[in-house]
Amino acid sequence: MSTPILAQFMAELLSGRVKLVDLTQTLTPEFPIIQLPPEFGQAWPFRIEEISRYDERGPAWYWNNFSMSEHTGTHFDAPIHWISGKDQPDNAVDSIPVENFIASACVIDVSAECAENPDFLLTVEYVKAWEEKHGRIPERAWVLMRTDWSKRAMPKEYLNMAEDGAHSPGPDAEVVPWLIQERNVHGFGTESVGTDAGQAHHLNPPYPCHYFMHGNNRYGLQCLTNLDLLPPQGAVIFAAPLKIRNGSGSPLRVLALTPTV
Amino acid sequence: MTEPLVKPKKKNPVLRTRLATLPPVPRSRTALGLTRAAAEGVFEMQVCADCGTVQYPPREVCGSCLSEHLAWKPVDNRGELIATTTLRHSNDLYFRERLPWRVGTVKMAAGPSVVAHVHEDCAEGGSVRLTLKLDRSGQAVLHALPEKDTPNMNDAPQLRESTCDPKFRRVLVTDGKSATGMAVAKAMLEAGANAVFLGDASTWKTVPAFDKLVASDPRLQVVELDVTDTDSVDRLAASIGGKVEILVNTADYLRDGGILNRKDVNLARDAMEVNVLGLMRLAQAFGPGMCFRAADGSNNAVAWVNILSIHAHAALPARGAWSASKAAALSLSHTLRAELRGAGVRVMNVFPGPVDEEWEQLTPPPKIAPSGLAKAIVKGLQDGVEDLYVGDIAEELRTRLRENHKAVERELGQ
Ligand SMILES: [Zn+2]
Repeated sequence: MSTPILAQFMAELLSGRVKLVDLTQTLTPEFPIIQLPPEFGQAWPFRIEEISRYDERGPAWYWNNFSMSEHTGTHFDAPIHWISGKDQPDNAVDSIPVENFIASACVIDVSAECAENPDFLLTVEYVKAWEEKHGRIPERAWVLMRTDWSKRAMPKEYLNMAEDGAHSPGPDAEVVPWLIQERNVHGFGTESVGTDAGQAHHLNPPYPCHYFMHGNNRYGLQCLTNLDLLPPQGAVIFAAPLKIRNGSGSPLRVLALTPTV
Repeated sequence: MTEPLVKPKKKNPVLRTRLATLPPVPRSRTALGLTRAAAEGVFEMQVCADCGTVQYPPREVCGSCLSEHLAWKPVDNRGELIATTTLRHSNDLYFRERLPWRVGTVKMAAGPSVVAHVHEDCAEGGSVRLTLKLDRSGQAVLHALPEKDTPNMNDAPQLRESTCDPKFRRVLVTDGKSATGMAVAKAMLEAGANAVFLGDASTWKTVPAFDKLVASDPRLQVVELDVTDTDSVDRLAASIGGKVEILVNTADYLRDGGILNRKDVNLARDAMEVNVLGLMRLAQAFGPGMCFRAADGSNNAVAWVNILSIHAHAALPARGAWSASKAAALSLSHTLRAELRGAGVRVMNVFPGPVDEEWEQLTPPPKIAPSGLAKAIVKGLQDGVEDLYVGDIAEELRTRLRENHKAVERELGQ
């Protein structure tokens, strides 16, 4: 009888042939959040208040209260987050089938382009060229856009605000439906503060990644880090949001399993 | 002639910091009428409704006709300095550390003869102006000042004990990027502040006017400060808490809307986070350090300024949550005042009417220019008041609240 599959997996993990990579940013009060025009409702940043720390408020224990929005820090976007996804089945973080919290990942490295052009948009042509080199994107895989945005200085360079708004990379309006229809992807992930580009409100439709991904019951991950530690193909992502009733998203720990050879 | 105050030297770090002592507190409840007048910067005494006699010290019945009808009213503050003496010895801890101390008797044009602290530029036998000020205990005391302003008169150590002059002091403006914050910073520099720390809660945002201001004077220093973030407040206090001698809390979160026109409490909660809990975080982080330095030389920590609103006293239903946050901040400020009084650090509450800034765009004039508000704050500190009403609307509402607060409530709700 062959070794049970999970025992084999654990053996690979313990031997170091499979490595765990943390794709999560640390939650701190300073971590930037998406900025909407001030007259709109705003997402809460991460805030933390100590309850006690081995002191008169609780002599033997340390703990904190914290508050934040569903879309603060490294977080998951559920389809219900966008109006296009509001009527999809199982579209909130509590109803998404748990199988969908594990998926393989393709990492498209556009960091060189983004260093030159903060408004870089990922195109169908670019993805096809990437496939020539690294192979076809498999079904139900996360497409993660490596921009090295997570290495930028927080918060100024990361949000990269100018008088006309934020300037950060993202997918263009054609590549998102193409990834869904032609490659049946699982979702789209980025290092910047949203899955869409900083200037995506000028695209048609505005915010195409949100619009098409959620409109097709696919998911989003943003504020990722350490994408430079993943191979173009072959990593597996574990990304399970908190089980918030009817939640539109959630901060979460995103872990990647990646082969070392 | 008053010797101009010299810029304080850098502190000797191995000398023990002088701790705060307070002048004695012997006043009766009736005398708190004087405290109110001094707190608001007006000169009022009891006047007998029956015979017109001006009373001093405050009393229950008229010293002349025994009538009980004594009303606090503005009275002529002029007088003649008939005798002075300079104290060189005192058994009181507070005065011992501040000798010599000049006192004298003033024969007021309004009638009474009063004992007052006497400014060094007042000549015996000459005319003087009397003013009511709060001493470090928060008690009203009379100061005799020269008939006309003299050069550097506010620098006189005895007067400076009753005021909170920004000259040679270091100021933290908690939101330095707002229109009011920038104006306050400018006014503090003009008033001779040694340094102004400008809090910035949105370092990612470029505000050209702010950059221009920061480049204009080396005494300005930008510091990261978000009053909704306990860690941010604590970090700043750990870094500059020992240098803040005047704290001006300009942080404000103003959004329109009553209660029933929204389905959530998010904006209300954001307003409370900034306007109420923000004040509390600042107090917990900066209050103890300021108390510790409340008697530390000529640039001792002296004042905590809250920019509230006249609507802290009377809700504006069009901005219901914001009004509630201002009322809560006012209540909190009274606790803070009680807690800082033991060290002699003064809490000055500022009650402006509408200020001419972006969130008041649709408010019809008259509105106070941020620069006007800032100048009033500086003057309030120089005068040493506790409650400062700024602008016609604030003054009018304050008067009408005293006359008929129900009428004000009804009218603001229309
Ligand atoms: Zn009388």
